[in-house]
Amino acid sequence: MTTDSTAHTPTDGQAGDEPAAEPGGGMTRRAFVQWLGAGLLVTVAPLPAAAQPRRPRGGGGTGKIAARVHIGKDGTITVMTGKVEAGQGARTELAQAAAEELGVPADRVQLIMADTDRAPDDGVTAGSRSTPSTVPAVRQGAAAARDVLIQLAAARFAIDARGVRLADGKAIDPASGRQADYGELVGENSDVPFAAAVPPGVTVTAVKEWKVMGRPTPRAGRRDLVTGAHRYPSDIQRPGMLYGKALRPPAYGARLKSIDMEAAKAAKDALAVRDGAFVGVAAPTLRAAEQALDAISRTAAWEEAPALPSSAELYDHLRRHARGGVPANPFADELAKADKKLTATYHVAYVQHAPMEPRAAVAEWNDGKLTVWTGTQNPFGARGELMSAFGLGADKVRVIVPDFGGGFGGKHQPDAHIEAARLAKAAGRPVLVRWTRAEEFTWAYYRPAAVIDVQAGLDAQGTLTSWHFVNVNSGGAAVESPYRIAKSRSQYVPSASPMRQGSYRCLAATANNFARESAMDELAVAAGADPLDFRRAHLDNPRLKAVLKTVAEKFNWAARSGKKDPRLGVGLACGTEKGSVVAACAEVAIEGDRLTVRHVCEAFECGAIVNPTNLLSQVAGCILMGLGPALREEMQFEKGRVLNATFWKYGVPRFTDVPELDIHLLNQPDQTPVGAGETPIIAIAPAIANAVFHATGRRIRTMPIRLAAEGKGY
Amino acid sequence: MDATILLTVNGKQRKVTTDPQRPLLDVLREEFQLTGAKFGCGEGRCGACTVLVNGQAVHSCLTPIANVQGKSVVTIEGLATGEKLHPVQEAFLAEEASQCGYCTPGMVLATVGLLARTPQPTDEQIVAALDGHLCRCCGYTNILKAVRRAAQPAGRG
Ligand code: FES
Ligand code: FES
Repeated sequence: MTTDSTAHTPTDGQAGDEPAAEPGGGMTRRAFVQWLGAGLLVTVAPLPAAAQPRRPRGGGGTGKIAARVHIGKDGTITVMTGKVEAGQGARTELAQAAAEELGVPADRVQLIMADTDRAPDDGVTAGSRSTPSTVPAVRQGAAAARDVLIQLAAARFAIDARGVRLADGKAIDPASGRQADYGELVGENSDVPFAAAVPPGVTVTAVKEWKVMGRPTPRAGRRDLVTGAHRYPSDIQRPGMLYGKALRPPAYGARLKSIDMEAAKAAKDALAVRDGAFVGVAAPTLRAAEQALDAISRTAAWEEAPALPSSAELYDHLRRHARGGVPANPFADELAKADKKLTATYHVAYVQHAPMEPRAAVAEWNDGKLTVWTGTQNPFGARGELMSAFGLGADKVRVIVPDFGGGFGGKHQPDAHIEAARLAKAAGRPVLVRWTRAEEFTWAYYRPAAVIDVQAGLDAQGTLTSWHFVNVNSGGAAVESPYRIAKSRSQYVPSASPMRQGSYRCLAATANNFARESAMDELAVAAGADPLDFRRAHLDNPRLKAVLKTVAEKFNWAARSGKKDPRLGVGLACGTEKGSVVAACAEVAIEGDRLTVRHVCEAFECGAIVNPTNLLSQVAGCILMGLGPALREEMQFEKGRVLNATFWKYGVPRFTDVPELDIHLLNQPDQTPVGAGETPIIAIAPAIANAVFHATGRRIRTMPIRLAAEGKGY
Repeated sequence: MDATILLTVNGKQRKVTTDPQRPLLDVLREEFQLTGAKFGCGEGRCGACTVLVNGQAVHSCLTPIANVQGKSVVTIEGLATGEKLHPVQEAFLAEEASQCGYCTPGMVLATVGLLARTPQPTDEQIVAALDGHLCRCCGYTNILKAVRRAAQPAGRG
């Protein structure tokens, strides 16, 4: 028994309501039900505005927050969501959410994710929104399904609904001992009468009653990952499928002047396609496609764009192009009066997500309908891009996103989807396009580079009196200071990025925290205060204070920060973003120009913990991934040509980089669960920079943090 | 000029007529539909494409098909015996060593290769054997735990 049925009111009176919009972009509800087989369908969509004139729109009821739960005649429970799984654990978490409400173990729930014909549009899988938005939507949908099951059982047993109990996929009448499993209950009552909109006030299980959520739950589908059975987007194979490649310019901004498409004939059975600016080839094997591409690219003549910047002058370029100029400090008078002042500029390089699976898509045309399998965090966005590229309606494009090999914010635009579709259209056969690592490093987008100016002043007591913080180019995430400062302004100013830039795990929050937490350290030194005490003295946020306290205790900050050793330093940083809070301590070892992170202790809190197993993986993954941009990762380019587009030259973290890791997860059952796959990354780089200062007295204000002079740090 | 190559894949005799320089990875994936070996870089720097050739872990992305003439190749699909997983696969499951799982086949096969040579590796030996393998989900700590677990004789858990 996992839910107390007496606490819930079964749904009623809404069985005839149709959802606001057709699910799955045009598939009718009837067809939808047929596809799943007869069963109970509950649509979690806000009612059309007209049907609920007085109900206030709570929590962003845009009509897009939708999830669906299906209970089959055979008792199978299926949850449909537009969210994707790329290793971050959404599949497992959403299964837990539905299982909790339906009184079954998590592995009884299957998910259909990110299939635009079959799942609702739950938006982009980004910004840690799955936990705070989609989990509640699925819980409410499952809770509504549960209430309908209770009603069905009450009718069947001819008892009051309050007497029905649900346990392990069965409804029970405790008085008579009669039982009926969910499949039996819906079997007789399939289809129309049971399609109901989720009532706004449906009761979900309280955190303290959780039996499935909040428990360590192994990853859904994990067996297929260790056997190789799972098919990632790049593994999809269709009958008669060809392998495709797109021609790339030699440098950013270069335009194709001429090319000999006939040269593709050098490769057996190859086909070459030119369609506007797109040039590509397809052939029965990848090798033949590579040869064909090589042959035509030798004949290509290009016109290069004038004066593209190089990474060496990137920061000057960004500053020069700050939109409206870099704003002046509005607290200049305050600063002039300050007892101690800090004026500093911090730089953060472009970095690449480098997911293990590069961009890939298989496209197939059938009777004018296009189906694309691809790895993207934005399945409905990808469908829209295909619709406009080919002038098709929503019912003519289907995007399916198999669980894919990593995103980290880097696959909002899948890119390969349109390339594959163009080639497949010309070839009249399905085509797979899988990007190479060099393409991924060069033509996918980067985390934005940043130039950040900080000016701050302290009074004679060491209290911050003014703060002016300007982020040029990288973004406004976590730009606001969590510290109490009488006069404070933090701003983001866009610039003209010379390279393609986009999202990334926690986006600008990393750059902003690097600058802010480094500056706070510098100010603590100026104030003659311990960095921990200095932060605490300026903090009100109790959750942030709690993670700081935890990390300081577990790391033994007081004792370790008191030691002076030029080869060993400790540093501290904290921050908050997307509703969660994090604090980290790092210990670094220094030998000449060599910087090694030896120990990282991090405390993290993201509300009520949904899946401790996955949370731990996410936090550890964030810390280790964060080591890369902190220590080494940096896209280097010269006049629009990327210089380090390989894993040899672009040093992502490896086993040898793994420090001693010490992670403390604080559970806050009273706080709504929020996402956890991003924020744990933001404290690591500043903690390292501060540790370097602690050991050496050198303040390094650039990420990657390098001891050697520019260009010598690898 | 195409050549005909004979090899054993997961215990079965296979024959392929193709460009002898074509990478083993492409042949496994495209001709034999064995997509368990992954493309990660094509440059020998990520380990996603790792398979066993005569028991040794190799990068199939850099191995021309002609080089495995007459040899025995084992891919991730060939590791389990029916429904029974290989102990290394079991260890990866037990330690939650996969996030997206794209690196997992390569990691598992590299571990099988390592334990065949060194049944009781030290942590240094494990790191040395796996350092050519990337996990961008950065699940390195759980992967290390899985390798240690797999290295322990049953019952010493
Ligand atoms: S794909 Fe072979 S080593 Fe990366
Ligand atoms: S689990 Fe995603 S790359 Fe290793």
